Amino acid sequence: MSKETIRFGKSAVTTQEFVAEGHTFCTGCGEALALRLACKALGENVIIGNATGCIEICTSPFPVTSWRVPWIHTLFENTASVISGVEAGLKILMNKGKRPEQDIKCVAMAGDGGTSDIGLQALSGALERNHNFLYLCFDNEAYMNTGIQRSSSTPYGASTTTAPAGKFSIGQITKKKNMVAIAAAHDIPYVATACPSYHFDLMRKVRKGAEVEGPAYIHILSPCPTGWRYSSNLTIEISQLAVQTGIFPLYEIENGRYRLNADPPELKPVEEYLKPQGRYRHLTSDNIERIQRLVNEDYARLKKKAAAFPM
Amino acid sequence: MSRRVALEAAHAVAEAARMADVDVIAAYPITPQTHIPERLAEMVADGELSAAYIPVESEHSAMSACLGAAAVGARTYTATAGQGLELMHEVLYAASSMRYPIVMAVCNRALSAPLSIWGDHSDAMATRDTSWIQIFCQNSQQAFDMTLWAFRVGEDPNVLFPVMVHFDGFHLTHVTEPVVLPEQEEVDRFLPKLDYPFALDPHKPMTHGAFGIPDVYSEAKVAQEIALRKSKSVILQGFQEFGDIFGRHYYPVEPYKTEGAQTLLLTMGSFGETAQIAVDTKQSKGESVGLLNLRLWRPFPFQELREAVKNAQKLIVFDRCISFGGPGGPVCSEVRSALYNERERPTVVSFVGALGGREMSPQDFEYVIDRGREIAEKGSEELFETVGIRGEVTGIRG
Amino acid sequence: MADELTWKDAKVGNIITEAGNASFRQTGDWRTERPVLDKETCIKCGLCWIHCPDAAIKPGEDGYYEADLYYCKGCGICASICPVGAITMIEEEEK
Repeated sequence: MSKETIRFGKSAVTTQEFVAEGHTFCTGCGEALALRLACKALGENVIIGNATGCIEICTSPFPVTSWRVPWIHTLFENTASVISGVEAGLKILMNKGKRPEQDIKCVAMAGDGGTSDIGLQALSGALERNHNFLYLCFDNEAYMNTGIQRSSSTPYGASTTTAPAGKFSIGQITKKKNMVAIAAAHDIPYVATACPSYHFDLMRKVRKGAEVEGPAYIHILSPCPTGWRYSSNLTIEISQLAVQTGIFPLYEIENGRYRLNADPPELKPVEEYLKPQGRYRHLTSDNIERIQRLVNEDYARLKKKAAAFPM
Repeated sequence: MSRRVALEAAHAVAEAARMADVDVIAAYPITPQTHIPERLAEMVADGELSAAYIPVESEHSAMSACLGAAAVGARTYTATAGQGLELMHEVLYAASSMRYPIVMAVCNRALSAPLSIWGDHSDAMATRDTSWIQIFCQNSQQAFDMTLWAFRVGEDPNVLFPVMVHFDGFHLTHVTEPVVLPEQEEVDRFLPKLDYPFALDPHKPMTHGAFGIPDVYSEAKVAQEIALRKSKSVILQGFQEFGDIFGRHYYPVEPYKTEGAQTLLLTMGSFGETAQIAVDTKQSKGESVGLLNLRLWRPFPFQELREAVKNAQKLIVFDRCISFGGPGGPVCSEVRSALYNERERPTVVSFVGALGGREMSPQDFEYVIDRGREIAEKGSEELFETVGIRGEVTGIRG
Repeated sequence: MADELTWKDAKVGNIITEAGNASFRQTGDWRTERPVLDKETCIKCGLCWIHCPDAAIKPGEDGYYEADLYYCKGCGICASICPVGAITMIEEEEK
């Protein structure tokens, strides 16, 4: 007799695993955990479109698949376009009576590379056209699947293979692209950030994004032991620190109105977050001070926006 | 009652898509294709066609959206030309390898640089190996007919390949010609409903687009190639059924006055109709010349081509594209390849012309025939001949 | 498995119709450490279950959550986040 759900206080989480055990994500992968939680929040009535990347590679080596829900992968930069076609196709086929009426949520999943770089155009188009879909960006802050190359989501000061720290370089010299602001600029009903250490928050947001009529975008921080170079058991601690230091604030934007989900009275110093990660090992105390200033500025700006446009 | 109307090819194919009751159209405008998405958008806006029109933000997204729509079982249609076909290049391979029966009109346009909105076959030639079924049209009627045929063949459960319907930019897309439109009832008899067997559905979860390690990739590709070649029988069956219902018969290689012809000219697309006039002139002078229209481009009709040329001494192939640094005329290189192992085969001569919208008159085709026969007799150092290039170039050496 | 596939086995479009058939893969042989549960200390909170990236921790009949060693990769997240320290990672022995 196996239980269908497990209760955590008032929440009940399904025991169903939509991504089968035995996948090939790295030991301790934050993205695998985020994916597992997101899928539990989404349930069976989905069609998932996936970009090329860690999730795709770790779950679909022909002739076997880890997926227990309908799933389509085509290329790297077109997930949002493919899902646009799925969404429009389902809608019209049901309208024309060519497919039975069915409650199916269209979900696009991509990494930071497939979202903020090569996939940005497709995402922008799909958001603008107001398709009814949920877009999940699993952000491990570089092109991890191909070997830790930089993306526009790689944070300032992080070392990657194509923007490595060296004698004349701090690693990433640009700031992380603000995909949440870009998504919100499309005036869509729901935008949020999430992180696997706050598992109920993540699941609630995914469920909310799925229930919304129209486009929803959720940016999920996905700590990567391999690329961030930390001990695999620290994935949850690192995720927590990302939020507690203000580096990755948790918030929602619903129809242009902000809600900060966690606003600690005092942010932890960024050094606590940076120190355990090998990709930041080269940073001097000056570098860390600069990062602290940038985080403080960004966090203050976010708080101002949240105060100006509260939910 | 079928009726005869005046339509440019662009509007003709839009009408064919409407009569085929397409479900999803995802298209990005590009000259000279624009009249197709415009007309389709109009039809949807006025309720003449019940379809989802997705105004995508690029051709790459157009074909990508088509993948998604086809994957859920929608009858899917798009159109493009030139640069647009190039931009969606990688997605073309996904469409065919994943076996989605998408139909696409290609309004053949020259490729940049220099930028040219005008017609030639360079866009089509860049997609030879994409594993799509490909067919060429000579006029608006054929563009309409081949669109219906494309859905019939591509969607057949024994085929499941996407289909490109090629027709010349401007020379067909923007030229009004008489087109016979059939009855809806006839179209419905010819074209069964799409029943895509692998539609994404939570009731029966499937994985589309798994990746292929070296251990499996070769087998997957060979399986695809075998399936594409096998589709030939449905292609021919489609032509047959089309002829039976609509009274217009099409073939992979179509002869024009070729009985007993010693010299044959081979063309693809609308310029063949201009060449027909040249052939008529030649024949009226008692010259032994005929014309072949190469209709089916992929899968290449090896058997029909060999059969069509077996009694000729000279075969002149006219290309509207340069394969740079390579064989020169791409169609000619494929024809030569098809005939290489034949014990008896005509001498094949290659001509390239009508690039980037450059006109060819019947007199130009007469020149091609004359010069072609001369080269076939005397031989030539040149790999291919050019037509109408100012600056004293008539041939290019290999 | 993959190297036995013939071209005829490649389903149309390489579509996989058997959901989750990758679950045969024994990722348990990746690990160098494995989690051990002290049932005396365990409060059955379920946090280890919810935090396992591999869904390798399974709820048992007795209400305890234990690692399925067939799949467990030994990442140590469960040991790290257990609020009462009921899970310890120990070195895998040489077989």
